[in-house]
Amino acid sequence: MISAVSDNQRAPSRNKRWTGWRDHRVVLLRLGLVAAIIGILELASRLSWIDPISFIPPSSMAASAWHILIAGTYREDMLLTLSSACTALVLAVIGGFAFGLMLYRFGRLRRVLDPLLLSYYAVPIFVLYPMLIVIFGLNRWPLIVLGFLFAIVAMAVNTLNGLERIPIVLLRTARVMHLGRIQEIWLIKLPASLPFIFTGIKLAIVYSFIAVIGGEFLLSGAGLGYQIAFAYNNFDNQTMYGLMFLLLLFVGTINLLLHSAEQRLYQRRVLKEGA
Amino acid sequence: MRKVTFNSRSNRADVLILVVGLLVMWKLASLLLGPDALPGPWSTLVQLKREITAPDFAAHLAETGKAFFVALVLAVLGGVAIGLVLGARRLAGDVMEPLLIALYSIPKISLYPIVLLVFGLGISAKIAFGVIHGIIPIIIFTMTAVRNIKPVLLRSARAHRLTPWQTAMHILIPATVPEIVAGLRIGFSLTLLGTLLGEMFASQRGIGHLLMLAIDRHNPPTIMALALLLFVFATVVSIGLLRWDRRLRHGTLT
Repeated sequence: MISAVSDNQRAPSRNKRWTGWRDHRVVLLRLGLVAAIIGILELASRLSWIDPISFIPPSSMAASAWHILIAGTYREDMLLTLSSACTALVLAVIGGFAFGLMLYRFGRLRRVLDPLLLSYYAVPIFVLYPMLIVIFGLNRWPLIVLGFLFAIVAMAVNTLNGLERIPIVLLRTARVMHLGRIQEIWLIKLPASLPFIFTGIKLAIVYSFIAVIGGEFLLSGAGLGYQIAFAYNNFDNQTMYGLMFLLLLFVGTINLLLHSAEQRLYQRRVLKEGA
Repeated sequence: MRKVTFNSRSNRADVLILVVGLLVMWKLASLLLGPDALPGPWSTLVQLKREITAPDFAAHLAETGKAFFVALVLAVLGGVAIGLVLGARRLAGDVMEPLLIALYSIPKISLYPIVLLVFGLGISAKIAFGVIHGIIPIIIFTMTAVRNIKPVLLRSARAHRLTPWQTAMHILIPATVPEIVAGLRIGFSLTLLGTLLGEMFASQRGIGHLLMLAIDRHNPPTIMALALLLFVFATVVSIGLLRWDRRLRHGTLT
């Protein structure tokens, strides 16, 4: 939710003229900052400023992550986490889009549900996870449902947001062309609200991963989150940090890709609106 | 975000429909799955009353309340301060923003072992976990608000030769209160989540610990009762903050 707000506000106001070298400098500074933090942690751990057993140096984390990848011990867990999150994501994106469309069509429904939508993320949804286990049993489904529940509202709200901002002229064009309802959704509404829907998908990806890994961490028998918790409980810090490193790398990469794709979508939209 | 009209009478009817609708769906789900798996609304309420009157409940609640309150205060103060600095310093903000969003999007629960190793078992780990969850949205909201502040306000601060501290207290914070409150809404819920998660793993006291006990003992009525308690608390506070937010926005528009 929050990144949606900041992105929407920022994209149009970006000053185009001196972005060139300034952007490069910002990126360089950012990389420098990350490198400096990692360097300080490395030093602090190597020189035992902080306990090197409880916080191993980042280089050993990377080495451990590399060994885990090469050995493939946790391949099954990773695939399991990935497949659960993806299932939750697909369900949430489809469900959220349909839900957003419904909210857009039926104003009354939306007015009734509005307090729920606005305070949905105020509720720590993880407390429902134990109930889901009781209902579905201790398998992958509670995790998938948790991810689905966590992601669907972000998708729906952003879909609604995008549908509301479709220029009226496009809807009129659809009417002039005598498009059917499905055609109108597919040819007009979906493309016109794409940037916002993309923001919804981005949040849905983030949320479904958070929910699935968090759920695994809390209570499950397999998966990346479970293995981190397992390694932690066994004082196996090498493995724990290695797995965390992989997780951070994975989430960070996805996030970076999504962020840049989103930026491009919004910029295209801004250009079009400006023209 | 989205504008909603507060039309008093139809609004009240809508809220009534929502609450009744949720209760009916809950009851239906309970009948469908069997009351052993999912207790219905009434039995949950009865169970909640039993939980609250239990002798040690007050101590658990106080423990959670204390940790949550400290975490929230730290998250708000720290978040607003960092947000003001990052908003006022354009370059610093540009450098940090994607990093903050990346931090926001990692499942912080998986970093819990690090927090425990750094802070040890006990209340400080819970507080730290709450702060980690809650501070980032507050920073991002404050930063965005400061960036979009009217230039004339900043110029007048310069004309009056205010010190950075005075600028923050007299110009930046008053001008960005609505966004800070909006950030507070999200920060509030995430801090609550973080504190509860912290209690679920590494604590012998608090609501989160009670939840974990109920999970271990396969005790759905208690889980539902505590979940209901948290849901109602979070929703009520969130709606209260939302109203405050709306009133502030209304005030700045006129």
